[in-house]
Formats: sequence, structure tokens, C-alpha cells
Amino acid sequence: MAEAALVIDVEGLTKRFDDKVVVDRFALQVRQGQIYGFLGPNGSGKTTTIRMLCGLLTPDGGRGTCLGFDILRESARIKREVGYMTQRFSLYEDLSIAENLEFTGRIYGLADRRRRVDEALERLGLGKRRGQLAGTLSGGWKQRLALAACLLHDPRLLLLDEPTAGVDPGARREFWEHLHQLAHGGMTVLVSTHYMDEAERCHALAYIAYGKLLASGTAAEVVAGARLHTWAIEGEDLAAVAAELRGAPGADMIVPFGARLHVSGTDAETLASSVSAAAARRGLRATSVDPGLEDVFIHLMRHAPEPVTVAGRAEG
Amino acid sequence: MFAWSRFAAVVVKEFVQVRRDRLTFAMMIGMPVMQLVLFGFAINMDPKSLPMAVVAAESSPFSRSLVRSLEASGYFRVVAQPATAAGAEALMAEGDVQFVLHVPADFSRKIARGERPVVLVEADASDPAATGNALSAIQALNYSALDRDLAGPLAGLRSPAPAFELRVHRRYNPEGITAYNIVPGLMGVVLTMTMIMMTALAMTRERERGTMENLLATPVRPFEVMAGKIVPYILIGYVQVVVILVASQLLFRVPMVGSLALLSSILVLFIAANLAVGFTFSTLARNQLQAMQMTFFFFLPSMLLSGFMFPFRGMPGWAQAIGEVLPLTHFLRIVRGIMLKGNQWDDIALEVAALAAFLLAAGAVAMARYRETLD
Repeated sequence: MAEAALVIDVEGLTKRFDDKVVVDRFALQVRQGQIYGFLGPNGSGKTTTIRMLCGLLTPDGGRGTCLGFDILRESARIKREVGYMTQRFSLYEDLSIAENLEFTGRIYGLADRRRRVDEALERLGLGKRRGQLAGTLSGGWKQRLALAACLLHDPRLLLLDEPTAGVDPGARREFWEHLHQLAHGGMTVLVSTHYMDEAERCHALAYIAYGKLLASGTAAEVVAGARLHTWAIEGEDLAAVAAELRGAPGADMIVPFGARLHVSGTDAETLASSVSAAAARRGLRATSVDPGLEDVFIHLMRHAPEPVTVAGRAEG
Repeated sequence: MFAWSRFAAVVVKEFVQVRRDRLTFAMMIGMPVMQLVLFGFAINMDPKSLPMAVVAAESSPFSRSLVRSLEASGYFRVVAQPATAAGAEALMAEGDVQFVLHVPADFSRKIARGERPVVLVEADASDPAATGNALSAIQALNYSALDRDLAGPLAGLRSPAPAFELRVHRRYNPEGITAYNIVPGLMGVVLTMTMIMMTALAMTRERERGTMENLLATPVRPFEVMAGKIVPYILIGYVQVVVILVASQLLFRVPMVGSLALLSSILVLFIAANLAVGFTFSTLARNQLQAMQMTFFFFLPSMLLSGFMFPFRGMPGWAQAIGEVLPLTHFLRIVRGIMLKGNQWDDIALEVAALAAFLLAAGAVAMARYRETLD
């Protein structure tokens, strides 16, 4: 079976703010129908990258296409077929739910605006509250409304910037079920998130720190690619064990997970001896486990190069 | 690439937002009324009944006639008759009187001898506008004040008839009513203030609340946003004009000599020019506070250098040059011309052209400054 068409295909994407490189030669390929997760610490350039993809920011370097349109020259065409949900609620709080959707419908010049707005309200279950001001909605409902507004014009690509920040787990689950339905229908979704459970629900992932792409692929590929070995220690007084292991040879990273301690490193043998020695001293049990995405991401971030500042003079 | 649906989307949205912001809406209607009542009734460029002290070293029919004729001019009101010049000096220093009249001791005797005695009037000229008209009234009195008392043998001392007669016609505002000048001007001032502020705030608010990001991610074009944001405020501007015109008729009976239709059609130009300025400010301001500050930065010179408060011709050349750039200057000439002088299209074509030029320039700057990206 032939692979689905590339919806996003960019390379060398670079963005500087003053002298600070926020996105550094970033490459990304997303295929149609994929839910592509975008992960990385705060300030790593996720939002900037998304904004460059939909024409909100002009890249300083790089090229590529989004939905087959050139991201540098055809951003007007891209805007018509992309649904972009901003990190912060960016609909009008002093307009009602229905008025916000009507506005969006008019902006996209939808011929059957009324019907689509009614349908969207129906789907949201907000038919009876259509006159309520958007500003009075709770976080979860604002997020649902924002998504409905993004979807009103049937975009081919959804760009979601931390859509579930501050939303309760129930609403998050519903939201992701909705995303999977959309992807199943052929829509492509690029979503940035901080939640590991959400990352695991994506078809493919990219991990970005300090503007650089550090890893990409499916969750399993990202984990395998990190060549990380992890041991789990269970039992009492884990804090003391953690203190002891800090600085021990091979133990690069010690992360407590409730009643378990994850100790990870890239050098399998040194790590194994350090861990088993420490565990044995206290009579605790250490088992080798598969590293989780979170272990891998923390590892990636720790080993990421420091932020790059480019002085313009150095180049000239 | 202009699309009516996108333009309409912005217009409808702005209307709903303005309607929902009750306080702003009330202010836009209430402010013209308040300013009109306040300025219309309060400002008087021709103050009368100014307090005066008389230091009379003699009391004679001549001196009494002099004082009476000063009071008859309407500009003076004798409130004190101190015995000494020092007493009068203190009154003026404290601000209790604005004028002191000194009648010399040998006033009558010198008149009788034909010696032309000197009568000194001291004026507190720290505020030239407050004393100017009163002092010019004195000049007119000077010669005829005592004619009635100079009877019989003294008749020869009456002031001779001048070789020619000077006749003054005060055109357009014969009684010199300040409100006739202020009220039409207020229309321009209120529009300048509200129109610039409203657009500057409306755009900056989008940026501050983050809704700009959403707007920019849609296919809407800069011109559609600008036009869509301007149209609702043009209508609000017209509502303000109607309020001011009705009030000026009911409260101040300001005449409307010229064509209302002509005035209304030029108003579009003036309102749009101000909105373009507001739009430009909104592209410069980072937040609503800065937008407000810029509005005032533009509003104060408009008020002071346009000829609204102070005579335009009284300003030095460079200040007049600045004034000529401001749309309010040209609008004041137009609105006063139409309402008071009955100006026709031909009379004001040049001023209208200046407004149009300003609108084009400000609109071009606004469009050039508008960013389609967040860069």
C-alpha cells in the first residue's frame, strides 16, 4: 500500500528573534491522516514552528510546503485550509458562543453558514446555551468551542497548540477521541502537548528542545533511538537510595515515580552494577524495565545542546 | 481580493462588541452632550462686568460721568473705592479687582482749563484674553464720555467730530456670542477624541486579548479588517454629530446658515481621517495604555493648534504649519464656514481637499503598518 501523501513537508526551517535562534534548521514530515505529536519543554520553539507553518510568522530560513502550498509565498492559500487553535483562548470573550461561530463562518465565506453553525452547536451540545458569552465558559468548554470554530470550515489540517492545557482528564479523553475520529476521516493533526499519555496516543512524535529537533518517529522508535537503559527500584526509603545513586557511575538520570525510582543511563553495564550495588545495600529489589517516553524525553532534554545565540557579526 | 463576506464579518462583530460594551457606548453618546453643556455654557471669550476699583482724588460731576460711562459699557463693575493708590494696589495684587481707575485731584479744574488731564487705568493684564476687550472698550469711550457735561462755556472742549466715520459690521456673529464659535468646533473636537481613541483601543484590544492571533490565522485581508473596523465607528460618529447639532439648536440656538447635506457629506471624510489615525496608533501601541497615551499626544495639539481654543492667525508661522497638518484645523474652518457663514462647496473645496489628502496619507501609513504576521 502506498504511503499517504505528505501534508507537511518542511526542511531547514529557522526563526530568529533578535539574536536568539528560536527554531534552528527544523525539518518535519507529516502524512495525511496522522496525528503528529509535538513535544518539548517550554520555550523550545513549538509554538513558533506551528506559527510558521500557518503563515503567522515568516521563517528566516528554510523552505517547504504545507498542504502542497509553499509556506513562504502561499500563506493565504494555506490559511484557508488550516484550522489553527491557539494556546490561549483567542475567540472573542464578549461575543456569544453562536456569534463567535457565525463570525468564523463569515470570515471563511461559508455558503451554508447557518446550517454549519447550528450543526456545530448541536455537536457541542451547546444548542440551548448559544446566547451565552464565550468569556463565561469554563476552560473545558472554551476548548471545545475553540475546536468547533477551527473545524467549522472543514480544514484539511489541524494545528493545535497545547489544546488541553488546564483541561480536566475526562474532557481530555473526549477531546482525543474526537481527534482520532477526525484523523480517521482523513484529517491531519499536528498537536503540541506536555502530557505523556497524550504523546502515546499520537501516531508519530517529534521532540524539540532549544529550537532543535532531537528525536522523531513513533513512540517506540523514539524510545529505541535513545538507547537508554532503565532500572526500576521499589521499596522503602527511595529518597536515600536516590541520594546515594546521584553521581554514581552510569546513573545519568534518577527520576522518582511515586513508589518507584527510575534510574537510567546509556552505558548498560556500568549502570547495572551501580544500581544493583545500591539496591543490594538496602535489601531492595531492582529490575530492568523498558524506559518510558518520559524517561527518554528527560534524557533528551538533559543532553540537548545549550541554546544557541548567533551574533550577526560572526557571520560577516 | 476584497471579499464582502469577510468585511461584513468584521463589521457585524464590531457592532456587537460596541453594543455589548455599555459603558463605552454610554460614553460615546454622553461625552458630546457633557462637553457641549460644559464648554458651551462655561467658555466666554468676551468677559463682562469685570471688577474695578476707583481711586478718585476728587468727586465731581466729571469724575462721576467718567465712571458711569465706563460701567455703561458693560465691561466694568465698580466694587471698591479705596482712598489711596496703595489700597488699590493691594486689591489688584490679591486679585479682587482686575482694573483700577485713578482720577487725579485736579481733574475738573484741568478740564475746565482745557489742559487734558491724564486719567490712569491700570489693568491686571496677566491674562490678556480677560482684559483685551474691556480695554478696547475704554478707547472707544475716551472721547465722548464727558460730552454731556461739557455744556455752556465749556462746549468748545467737546471732542471734535473725526474727519471720517468708521463703521464696523460684525459679520456672521454680530453679538460676538462665544458659543457660536465653540459649539460647532466642539463637534470636531469630540469626533477627534472619540474616533481616534475608539479605533486605537479596538485594535490594540485584539492584540492584548490574543484574539489577533486567531484573526491573523484566518484568510481575512488587512483592508477588510481596517474597513470593517472603521465602518461601525463612522456610524457612531454620525450619532454624535446628530446629538451635538440637536443640542446646539435647543441649548445655544447656534444658526445653521449653510447646507446640512454638505456638512454631512464632508463629515464622512473627517471621521474616516481620524479613524485612520487611530488605526495607525493601534499598529504602534503595544497595549491599551499606550494607545490612550498616543491618542492624547495627538489630541492636545489638535485642540490647541487648530484654532479651536485660540485664534489660528495669532500663532507663529511654524505653529500654523503644524496646525495645517491636523485634520481638525480644516474641519473647523469647514464646519464654522457652513454653519455660521453659509459657505458653499466652492468656498471650502480647498479645506476638503486637505482633509482628503490627510485621509489618504494616514490610511496608507495604517495599511503599511498593519502586519499580516506576528513578526
